[in-house]
Amino acid sequence: MKVTITVNGEPIQEDVEDRTLLVHFLRDIANLTATNIGCDTTSCGACTVLMDGESVKSCTVLAAQADGAEVTTVEGLAGQGGELHPMQRAFQAEHGLQCGFCTPGMVMAAVSLLKENPHPTEDEVRTGLEGNLCRCTGYHNIVRAVLAAAEENS
Amino acid sequence: MSIMGTRVVRVEDPRLLTAGGTYTDDLRVPELAGAAYVTFVRSPFAHARITGIDTSAALGTEGVVAVLTAQDLDDVPPPPADQPIAEPMLARDTVRYVGEPVALVVTDGRYQGEDAAELVNVDYEPLPAVIDLDDALRGDTLLFPDAGSNVVAADDGGAADQAEDPFAGCEVVVERTIVNQRVAPVPLETRAAAAAWADDRLTAWVSTQNAHWSRDAIAGGVGLDPSAVRVITPDVGGGFGAKIGADREAVAVAWAARRTGRPMRWVETRSENLVAMTHGRGQRHTIKIGGTRDGRITAYHLDLVQDAGAYPRQGVLLATLTKAMATGVYDIAHTRAGYQVVLTNTTPVGAYRGAGRPEATAAIERAVDLFAAEIGMDPAEVRRRNFVTPDRFPYTTPGGMEYDTGEYAAALDRVLAAAGYSELRADQERRRAAGEPVQLGIGLSTYVEITGGVPELGETARLEVHDDGSVTAWTGSSPHGQGHATAWAMLVHDELGVPMDKISVKHGDTDALAMGIGTFGSRSLQLGGTAVHQAALDVKERARELAANELEADKNDLEFDQAGGLWRVRGTPDIGLDWGRLARLAGPDGLTADVHFTSNKATFPFGAHVAVVEADVETGKVRLVRHVTVDDAGPILNPILAEGQREGGIAQGAAQALLEEVLYDREGNPITSTLVDYPFITATELPSFELVDMATPTPVNPLGVKGIGEAGTIGATPAVQNAVVDAVSHLGVRHIDMPTTPERVWTAINEARAGQ
Repeated sequence: MKVTITVNGEPIQEDVEDRTLLVHFLRDIANLTATNIGCDTTSCGACTVLMDGESVKSCTVLAAQADGAEVTTVEGLAGQGGELHPMQRAFQAEHGLQCGFCTPGMVMAAVSLLKENPHPTEDEVRTGLEGNLCRCTGYHNIVRAVLAAAEENS
Repeated sequence: MSIMGTRVVRVEDPRLLTAGGTYTDDLRVPELAGAAYVTFVRSPFAHARITGIDTSAALGTEGVVAVLTAQDLDDVPPPPADQPIAEPMLARDTVRYVGEPVALVVTDGRYQGEDAAELVNVDYEPLPAVIDLDDALRGDTLLFPDAGSNVVAADDGGAADQAEDPFAGCEVVVERTIVNQRVAPVPLETRAAAAAWADDRLTAWVSTQNAHWSRDAIAGGVGLDPSAVRVITPDVGGGFGAKIGADREAVAVAWAARRTGRPMRWVETRSENLVAMTHGRGQRHTIKIGGTRDGRITAYHLDLVQDAGAYPRQGVLLATLTKAMATGVYDIAHTRAGYQVVLTNTTPVGAYRGAGRPEATAAIERAVDLFAAEIGMDPAEVRRRNFVTPDRFPYTTPGGMEYDTGEYAAALDRVLAAAGYSELRADQERRRAAGEPVQLGIGLSTYVEITGGVPELGETARLEVHDDGSVTAWTGSSPHGQGHATAWAMLVHDELGVPMDKISVKHGDTDALAMGIGTFGSRSLQLGGTAVHQAALDVKERARELAANELEADKNDLEFDQAGGLWRVRGTPDIGLDWGRLARLAGPDGLTADVHFTSNKATFPFGAHVAVVEADVETGKVRLVRHVTVDDAGPILNPILAEGQREGGIAQGAAQALLEEVLYDREGNPITSTLVDYPFITATELPSFELVDMATPTPVNPLGVKGIGEAGTIGATPAVQNAVVDAVSHLGVRHIDMPTTPERVWTAINEARAGQ
């Protein structure tokens, strides 16, 4: 089937197999490989992107479901001139990433979290990121990064 | 001024945060244009004979390029005929665990692979599966009948030679069998490989911790000279020991590329990963500890059974490391540690963050707590009375380890002070007296571990100063999250004064650097970092000669201005040669240094952890509320990186203590083979951690550093487990096996109550 998905502001039209997952559309068709696949059960959140402003796990969305939608991946987060988004800046400053594999999904989930709750407590950050797994950081600095980004919002 | 100890944010991060890393499945290089996809057909049986494989249905499906089985392994070196136990690339006549690769399907499209794999018809004749350790030891069913036993290695630690019973004179003896359960490493990036055959050479991209070992494994497996194989390590999304070297799947992908002439890509699904990547731990400990009522431990025995899984990959190494580190931080007169390494029809067991040392620490730290409970003494006090004291270093242990430096009592005192230990005990007392439903548990562990083991392997580095004054540092070490690009640039900057943004750190290309070892066993800084440091010193020495020649001065009259990165003749501040100039002066050979740094001594970091849990005695639900640690790995190059290593390890340790376990049913079917079923620890199950600094240098290497990568799991696992037991010890509970799930805690409480 033919779908048109606007990815990071750029409409991409493609004839895809019906069963094509959004994450594979992003990686193999849009050629945006930052969004990763870490599981096959919607458990890990490595593939989290924003679809029409809401965070979704793109391994559990069909490209067909995203037809006509606006999708933002971590590649679309920095400003036009390449200046980092406050969340990206906070992740670097607080060492919120190590191997970097969960990071694009984690950052997008965190952006979505602050959109819904601009000034979360530590517990709210932890609960909000429960669906995003990280094996490297013990979440310690991820939580600090999100709190720091929230602080910058205020 | 030295940059050592400065909190430098990572140079890796902007790329990872904006474009994402380039992991193996992200590669869009020309060599892989038109690559086919590899999908493995895996055994659904834990133990079975293969009586036939019919590939015709799969081969007749759209998009299927090839289906390869063991029958096709006619162009690779056969397994050594004189060894009864060998792990094939694809199972030939017997499968020995659920998930073992039996065939591989090559397809044009990504999704076609899974469809076609289901159409490969394998006839199996099930055999009895050996899952239970005692069944495996008994050996009624053998995984390799020609080997005559399921036990692949055993050492009783000299039990037969012990003339007298060392426990005979003890006032108190406690004995117990405890389980250090099997867990899954679960790096967020699963295993992945790609390969291309061109001009009689094989290029393989592997998600690995060791490019060079992978090159050798692939060359050996495929039957090529190592010089005909180039391995490239792209970004690696975590390894934790389970990506050491190249697994059989990566070798098979390379073989398929060579055999068909078509480039290949492979990335496993998480469900495959949870059954086919090595698991960690998997030990059963029988501990016996004895001593005096005033808290002196005089005898300790550890007998362990290592579940190696179906093929003995690193099972023997894990057991020997546990044996070597069995006595931990304690000075005990009579000790003995023995092991049996046994095969079962389960996924092979390999290294997982700590690899044998967390198991040793868990055993003795649980034993010490059992001893303390038996004599009714505070566990901190028992530890203090039995430490190896600072005046004994270097200290050779009964296990033959030479501990370099250690301040065990100081580490314990420091962590207890930071945690507010006496206040915690007072709060615990209050809750107990009030009979509150939520009780407090305080768990300790004091540990020593070995890092940079096998130091004689060393590590390589090459430094090259370019004509524009920039520097490239090649390292044989292999980062997968640790931050080598930042750390190594700091080391180079520290010696050469070249700005950080003009230093490029490269790794993981066996053509660019022919020799290297890789990252495991917390070895990177002390071996790989020292190699980079040494290369910088060598470059400086060469630069001094070049500058002396150019400035027509004696080289002893030259001085180096580190801040400005300039060489001058002493007393002539106006004339200086910068690095670019010196590189140009070096001529066609360039201003370079190649170093292979080796050492003859490992290092022994140590520390002390305090875990605080709240346990609901009505439901058994436990929550980790605080975790305070001292982890002393010597001087710290970059505290940001070292703290990150500690935090990640603490989480994995807490995960093993509280939640995670790989489970099989009696037939060997894995029942934790997805992330829905495997309880990977999340942010909600952890607190923020409280890290306390301590730095005791080692004389073993010029930087004075030890390894920090595995301290977290080694220290945290027993601290959290001890905290859970402590929370309900007033109810008569002495031990709860990991993971300390609500069901287990609740059951332990009820059994203790029933027994009183």
